[in-house]
Amino acid sequence: MKLRDIAHSRTGDKGNISNISVIAFDAKLYPLLVSEVTSERVKALFAGIVEGAVVRYELPNIGALNFVMDQALGGGVTRSLALDAHGKSLSSALLDLEIHGGFGDTEPAP
Amino acid sequence: MAVSAHRAAGCARLVPSQPHGVGCRKTGSEHATIILRSIRIGSGAGYSGDRIEPAVELAEHGDIQYLVFECLGERTVALAQQARMKDPDGGFDPLLEERMRAVLPICAAKGIKLVTNMGAANPLSAARKTAEIAKSLGLSLKVAAIVGDDVLDACKDSELPLLEIDGTMKQLGNRVLSANAYLGAAPMAEALSAGADIVITGRASDPALFLAPMIHAFGWAMDDWNLLGQGTVAGHLLECAGQITGGYFADPGFKDVEGLARLGFPIGVVGEDGSLEITKVAGSGGAVTAATCKEQLLYEVHDPVRYIQPDVVADFSQVKIEQVAPDRVRVSGGRGTERTATLKVSVGYVDGFIGEGQISYAGPGAVARGRLALDIVRERLQLTNVATSETRFDLVGIDSLHGAALSARADDPYEVRVRVSGRTETLREAVRIGNEVETLYTNGPAAGGGATKSAREVVAVVSVLLPRGQATPSVRFVEASS
Repeated sequence: MKLRDIAHSRTGDKGNISNISVIAFDAKLYPLLVSEVTSERVKALFAGIVEGAVVRYELPNIGALNFVMDQALGGGVTRSLALDAHGKSLSSALLDLEIHGGFGDTEPAP
Repeated sequence: MAVSAHRAAGCARLVPSQPHGVGCRKTGSEHATIILRSIRIGSGAGYSGDRIEPAVELAEHGDIQYLVFECLGERTVALAQQARMKDPDGGFDPLLEERMRAVLPICAAKGIKLVTNMGAANPLSAARKTAEIAKSLGLSLKVAAIVGDDVLDACKDSELPLLEIDGTMKQLGNRVLSANAYLGAAPMAEALSAGADIVITGRASDPALFLAPMIHAFGWAMDDWNLLGQGTVAGHLLECAGQITGGYFADPGFKDVEGLARLGFPIGVVGEDGSLEITKVAGSGGAVTAATCKEQLLYEVHDPVRYIQPDVVADFSQVKIEQVAPDRVRVSGGRGTERTATLKVSVGYVDGFIGEGQISYAGPGAVARGRLALDIVRERLQLTNVATSETRFDLVGIDSLHGAALSARADDPYEVRVRVSGRTETLREAVRIGNEVETLYTNGPAAGGGATKSAREVVAVVSVLLPRGQATPSVRFVEASS
């Protein structure tokens, strides 16, 4: 199962920082997001793109995670050489993440 | 006056407020029903180039009392400052006239107040221009400019540290073009309370454009952190216009959205207690759902507990979002804590040049010819001594967005586009990068087509924090020159 099957996502930018939200379609699957979509996995996924730290914020009220990725936009939106200087397309890469555990597996990892 | 009254949170009921915030007073009864005033704020643009007609639709059919145009990106004010250096009366939003002509007759007829940051680097000229447009349309409208966001003198040559990169303002020296503080809602609310029909500001926080009508209409205290926090939630959700009504959202088969070609822009129904519902004009395209609101709530947010604004540090962590009807979503639970002692200042500076060239290859072997083309240009830039501090060699269609590692899993596409870009100290060097791509026509792999090239000066943006007393915003009413 891919993350895209259970969650949606949006990327935002400020300077050289990119943030990506990951929002459960069904709030019952939020614990699965918490256990599966860790900042370590996100950092590994974006190796070569994100040079700084990846910090995860949890928003259980809306069943969402927010990943804040430092030094992620080629020196900053206003000076990047990249075609997608804002990094708006990054959320699509994250949604391709492999998710282990089924729809019934809703207990957070220990 | 209780037209379109509806049920709100708990047993409170919202009724539209008068445009100047003198509607019903809060009253209690033995059934504990509280009559709350409410206002409807339309978001008519989410960036400077946004579509024109959704705002017209909001003004005509949105039953709104306020219309906000958010048109000033992070770097836009620095580019506008460059324009003002060439023309002292310029430096405001290039689409100002088109937007104003489209909505002013309707706004005047319906008493809708307009708030916008289209003033960019020159709010006074933008206000004068708007007054002239109103006059030419035969409309009598009071136009106010908010000035004082320009803090270049206070920042330039100071020891203020840059937040995003190493160094100080002083070290940027003559490369600095502009320094504009993110102003809060107070001067805009003051202008509305003084009778302005149109309020034009330069750099202000985007949510503050929406917070100003709330403060004006409801008389919120500027130290009621929870109300200002919830009002900031409203402003933050509305500021990108179509991004909460189904724009920047659709993913066919997973998240389908109807009618994106005629996307309706959002309306925030805000009560004096901070209650909030997001909706849009019935029959317009797009959708307002819990999902679209959740995505926008976290858009460009870092720590959700500390969303730092000029007027408040907003806390989004306890926000609840629930769909109450089709295209109608209730948002509650925004809070806030005391504002910080400093204002964020956006500093524009000249940061060298970027040169770029592109060319396409198609059919069998397209990717191999694209890679050959990149190798040729890489070698050419070395052979001809083009001085670059950073370069990028992309195959659009293969690896331009996310680099080699993430792109490795995809099959070869039918066509690819070569893209080379590089950072240089001079325009002359930047031009040579595009030239080395263009000359692939006659010197490179077979059948390259559609070459383009560009070279531009880079205006980059960094931030500093300025003690808030060093920015002194004020309201100036302007008249059309005869």
